[in-house]
Amino acid sequence: MPLDKRNAVQLTALAAVLLTLSFISLFVGVSSISPRDIFDLSPLQKQILSITRVPRLLSAVMAGASLAIAGTIMQQLTRNKFVSPTTAGTMDAARLGVLAGLIVFPGASLLQKTAVAFAFALAGTYVFIRIVERVKIKNTIFIPLVGLMFGNIVSSVTTSVAYRFDLLQSLATWLHGDFSMILRGRYEMLYVGVPLMAVAYVYADRFTIAGMGDSFAANLGLNYRRVVNVGLFIVAAVSSAVVLTVGSLPFLGLVVPNIVTIYRGDNVRKNLPHTALLGAALVVGCDVIGRIIIHPYEVSVGLIMGVLGSAVFLFLLLRGNARGARGGVGA
Amino acid sequence: MTTAATAAAAVRVRAVRGRLWAAAAVTAVFILLFLVLNIQGDWKFALSRRLTVMGAVLLTALATGGATVIFQTLTHNRILTPGIIGLDSLYVLMQTAVVFVLGAASAAWTDALLHFVLSAGLLTLFAGSLYQGLFRTDKYNVYFILLIGLIAGTLFQSLASFLQMIIDPNEFLITQSRTFASFNNVRLHVLALAAGAVGLVALYVRPCLKYLDVLALGREHAVNLGVDYPRIVRRLWTAVILLTAVATALVGPLTFLGLLTVNIAHQFLGDYRHSTLLAGTVLAGVGMLSGGLLLVERVLAFSLPVSVIVNLAGGAYFLYLVLKESQK
Repeated sequence: MPLDKRNAVQLTALAAVLLTLSFISLFVGVSSISPRDIFDLSPLQKQILSITRVPRLLSAVMAGASLAIAGTIMQQLTRNKFVSPTTAGTMDAARLGVLAGLIVFPGASLLQKTAVAFAFALAGTYVFIRIVERVKIKNTIFIPLVGLMFGNIVSSVTTSVAYRFDLLQSLATWLHGDFSMILRGRYEMLYVGVPLMAVAYVYADRFTIAGMGDSFAANLGLNYRRVVNVGLFIVAAVSSAVVLTVGSLPFLGLVVPNIVTIYRGDNVRKNLPHTALLGAALVVGCDVIGRIIIHPYEVSVGLIMGVLGSAVFLFLLLRGNARGARGGVGA
Repeated sequence: MTTAATAAAAVRVRAVRGRLWAAAAVTAVFILLFLVLNIQGDWKFALSRRLTVMGAVLLTALATGGATVIFQTLTHNRILTPGIIGLDSLYVLMQTAVVFVLGAASAAWTDALLHFVLSAGLLTLFAGSLYQGLFRTDKYNVYFILLIGLIAGTLFQSLASFLQMIIDPNEFLITQSRTFASFNNVRLHVLALAAGAVGLVALYVRPCLKYLDVLALGREHAVNLGVDYPRIVRRLWTAVILLTAVATALVGPLTFLGLLTVNIAHQFLGDYRHSTLLAGTVLAGVGMLSGGLLLVERVLAFSLPVSVIVNLAGGAYFLYLVLKESQK
């Protein structure tokens, strides 16, 4: 079928882009390793590759793919194209969790800290979903506005507590999206995204139905609560893992699903592989750019994503406004 | 109107007025306590310092309260504040950038007056250009403009956090002193300038305030009732921008103060008229801030900035508002 063929071609193209970027990513950096050395690596080069370059690449791929998918899930559940972990307080709640972990269990391992951050992210996202269910104005723009406001409040709590304990700068440093601190042994938590993405693929259609409301979902014989909870679980787990290992990647979960929708339409399950690949390619690409522009120094990926992401999001907004039709099925 | 209805209305108005006086009395007690409680040493010096702080409190409550009341009527929404369009993040970014680029010894940082004028100017410029978009399109989509402002805010935040990551820790501590709202840092001559600015804005917007009750009915009704909608609304928006910019530049970001005070006034007065609402909001603001300052300075021994208390209270109240009464 021509449609399937187009799908395959697009996927192959995306995969090719990702592979190329990954290849570049491995050979960009202060200590030069050229592709020609690949069969004849010195021990130092081997070390650099295995301790920083490869972990860095893998974490970028994993963070990009899983965060983009988390964004898709949230957009399906709230049936709103402008919702994502950044615009729903999830990231802010995870940050508060990181802080709580720092203060209450200073000696905890990274895994324990993630558990705390995860609990906070889950609670934050849950509150947001409840707010969306309660709010009567289902205005497509009003919902993310409430979400961002909610996120602002959570982060003002974080700031206050961090101020009290003199942790503001360490917190800002830790939570700013940045791959330069990624080393072997410090990123493996991101693998949690792999099984979760598989679950998301299985549940994709159910998320769409759940987004249409609990009575509609019940009509089709779907356990609304359970589907929403699965979605929340995935979003919270992915967000907290990314926040703890990489830091904030603003707008990633927002922009990538929207771009995929623009060129592919709205079949969520079929879109998921595209979303994952595009998310990964975007993060790897931003990371490469960040390492090149002020070589030998680095601009953090969080900054590049922030600039790029807000530009793309503004473009999407203005485009939608000009057409008079804003994303989301039947708003 | 029947006489019974008129009488009932008169009783209601009297009740509202009574509550307003009660609020004024409580606020006055707070102010007095703040001024005289626990003075050690030179009375004259302490009192003059405290009077400056109280002046900043009054001005902030007036500017923030007025801006938020107008803003909420214009947007027909009771859970948003003018600060959410990214003004606070812009302010923080500006503080960090000044110290990072020019250094903490530069005039733009140490000269309080220059610093105030620069901050207020930049904030006005940004908010003004954003709201220009409101009037350029026919559709007048407020939420759309607000969302753009919020996105800009997130962008400012990521820029600021990047600077905070690479800035020298000592300089970071210096910027930190200004990124939290503080009333004790306000200098008298800056306060006078800010008061002048707020006074001018008040004169400018005064003739429009009486239309707020009609504007609350919505655009169509207001136009039907003979309000020159575009002109009045533009003037009101200008006032919102200027008041928010001046208040932020004077004491620092207090995002949720307006949200908190307007809703307290709504709940306590139970009145829809903007004249009483404005008065109630300003009173609530002064009470909240002087109460917060009393708490911070006399009980907590300066261990927390007052903005933290305002933000915590405001945040909790926001959640309560959204979850309790689902939006009208």
